[in-house]
Amino acid sequence: MSQIYYFSLFERFWHWSQAILIFGMLITGFEIHGTYQLLGYEQAINLHTIMAWVLIGLWLLALFWHTTTGEWRQYLPSDADTMLSMVKYYLVGIFLGAPHPFHRKRVEKHNPMQRMAYLILTMVISPIIWLSGILYLFYQYWPLIGMSGTSLGLVAAVHTIGAFAILSFIPIHLYLTLTTSEEPFGYLIEMIVGHERKRG
Amino acid sequence: MYSRNCCTLPLVSLLSLLSLLLFTVALPAAEEIIKTTADHTKFDELQQTFNSGPEVTQACLSCHTEASKQIHKTKHWLWKFTHPDTGEELGKQTIVNNFCGAIETNYARCTSCHIGYGWKDNSFDFSSETNVDCLVCHDTTGTYKKFPTGAGHPPYVDKPFPPKSKKIWKAPDLSQVAQRVGKTSRKTCGACHFYGGGGDGIKHGDLDSSMTNPNQTLDVHMGTDGLDFTCSTCHQKEGHDVSGSRYITQAKDEHGIDVPGRDDNIRSTCESCHGDKPHPVTVNNKLNDHTNKIACTTCHIPTYARGGRPTKTWWDWSTAGRMSNDGKHIKTKDAQGYVNYVTKKGSFEWGENLVPEYAWYSGNIRYKQLDEKIDPNGVVAINTFEGSYDDPDARIWPFKVMRGKQPFDKGNNTLVTTHLFGKDSDAYWKSFDWNRAIKAAMDAGNADYSGEYGFIETTYHWPLAHMVSPKEETLGCESCHAKEGRLGNLSGFYMPGRDNYYWVDLFGWLAVLGTVGGISLHGLGRLFSKANRR
Repeated sequence: MSQIYYFSLFERFWHWSQAILIFGMLITGFEIHGTYQLLGYEQAINLHTIMAWVLIGLWLLALFWHTTTGEWRQYLPSDADTMLSMVKYYLVGIFLGAPHPFHRKRVEKHNPMQRMAYLILTMVISPIIWLSGILYLFYQYWPLIGMSGTSLGLVAAVHTIGAFAILSFIPIHLYLTLTTSEEPFGYLIEMIVGHERKRG
Repeated sequence: MYSRNCCTLPLVSLLSLLSLLLFTVALPAAEEIIKTTADHTKFDELQQTFNSGPEVTQACLSCHTEASKQIHKTKHWLWKFTHPDTGEELGKQTIVNNFCGAIETNYARCTSCHIGYGWKDNSFDFSSETNVDCLVCHDTTGTYKKFPTGAGHPPYVDKPFPPKSKKIWKAPDLSQVAQRVGKTSRKTCGACHFYGGGGDGIKHGDLDSSMTNPNQTLDVHMGTDGLDFTCSTCHQKEGHDVSGSRYITQAKDEHGIDVPGRDDNIRSTCESCHGDKPHPVTVNNKLNDHTNKIACTTCHIPTYARGGRPTKTWWDWSTAGRMSNDGKHIKTKDAQGYVNYVTKKGSFEWGENLVPEYAWYSGNIRYKQLDEKIDPNGVVAINTFEGSYDDPDARIWPFKVMRGKQPFDKGNNTLVTTHLFGKDSDAYWKSFDWNRAIKAAMDAGNADYSGEYGFIETTYHWPLAHMVSPKEETLGCESCHAKEGRLGNLSGFYMPGRDNYYWVDLFGWLAVLGTVGGISLHGLGRLFSKANRR
């Protein structure tokens, strides 16, 4: 009965819907970028646009949830020393079977590197993509906001750089969350059911 | 009572059905009568035998007193257009083209498409009212045809054309034709505009005889199985001045739908009926967004020359003049049966279902003037036009580009006119001597000729506006938004799907590969160290 619920129902919903949307955005986005042809250009544009709005809605909802519940504190950067010990662990300790330097608590459910990674993801990379994406989408109306001199290529480049950042984040995220838990796929199960699977 | 009702009801409905049937059958005939208020067969002026075209015009003018004066002001009559910006004299009278060159000294042949009678040389009287040809536009019988070498006159006796051939051009019954005049039709406009450049479909690519009675698939507006537009449904204006000239094209009509009293009343742009935001708004509104930079025709004319008639795409005059060993004219055909060589005109290439070429176009076409210097080592653009991505008035337009080789003045580095047609021995089609043919034409036009000629490759752009396809066949996004798309040659702007920044993509993919490689190494290291620890 002493199970700790690390992830509320909302967070799990947020995580998985975001995951699906990000994969959808990447697949359609790189088609629009001209990397391959899959769904057809117009279809890709339509899906990309719909998913963009849903994702932005979801982001706002999550922002609201985190501020009202106070859970936003989970994403405050840790002090430099804890961070450094975490980096050391991943670079050295993990190979030597050293103990995990971070002790997880309900109020501190993410390790220092996670906190930093998710903070950068939600507060830097995502807004960059969404802002550049909204500009991209409303390219037609740039003259109304005094942007007529801006090149679409610049906005497209920023948007593409953001997409590559997300695409690079995914393998690291998958690797660390799927292979570093004590129980096999412990974190995956946690993100589905909300709590750790207690042994015995 | 009850039983009677049950018998009368079917009878009533049968009668009403019958009357409905009768009514629908009678409807077209009734419409036919109310379309016009004048029956020209009843006009006394037309109850006579006419011996010539001008005599018919005389009769027309007795009621339509201002008609010729109106025609006199138009390009149809003057074949002249003074460009308001440059002051350049354009129009068929002066322009050198890459079909049969120019009209100078070739009048009688070229002016078989003039809206007048008798323009056979420089002395033509442009103020003559009776020399206006009413019938060529207003004939409804289909029997009135100008004779190919008649300087605008129809044949007055049955005559063969080509000369000495068995193809007989019948002389029309002028009083029959005059009594049956009506509105212009695809056929009357097409009599000249479908045959420009010397034959069916040669010149435009989007106008040929298949457009006389097209179906909707060929032209969604003019299709006889649909809207059945005539040319003048769009190309209309007051006082015989037809709108929609190429010399200053309205490349972008920001008036949108024309409302009487408010707008310019020019119906020859797509926007004047469809507005500038004509597409239904879906998840994306990109099609409507595109109207500021993409002409409607760019997507809605997916291919041209698709009515079963080919259009000429290449005309090489430098090969003209070859004879067979026994001194006879040569005529050869390509695999499809299209003539690809004739002694008089040189070599041709033809095309059907052609993909247009695209260019930024603000509507201002500039033509190479006869006295303008050309680069003898380059390809000479007979017409160029303004427009770029940065030009707010310009949009991307589709073009047929006519290419070929034609004579030029090697000494002066200018284009030349050539005297092709005529009974005199200076005419190229008599002597096959370019030097004489060029000298005769240049002298006649008071132009300077050095006496030395060569051949130069030229291009001539024709904006496409007809053969608009049904929406199902319109181009999709990927026709252009692709690496090898239709707009591959246009520069100065970033187009998603076509363009990317090399360095962004290179570093992006390196970053992705780097992380995948990094975690793979990291994972392998963990596996090895774990195995070692055991």
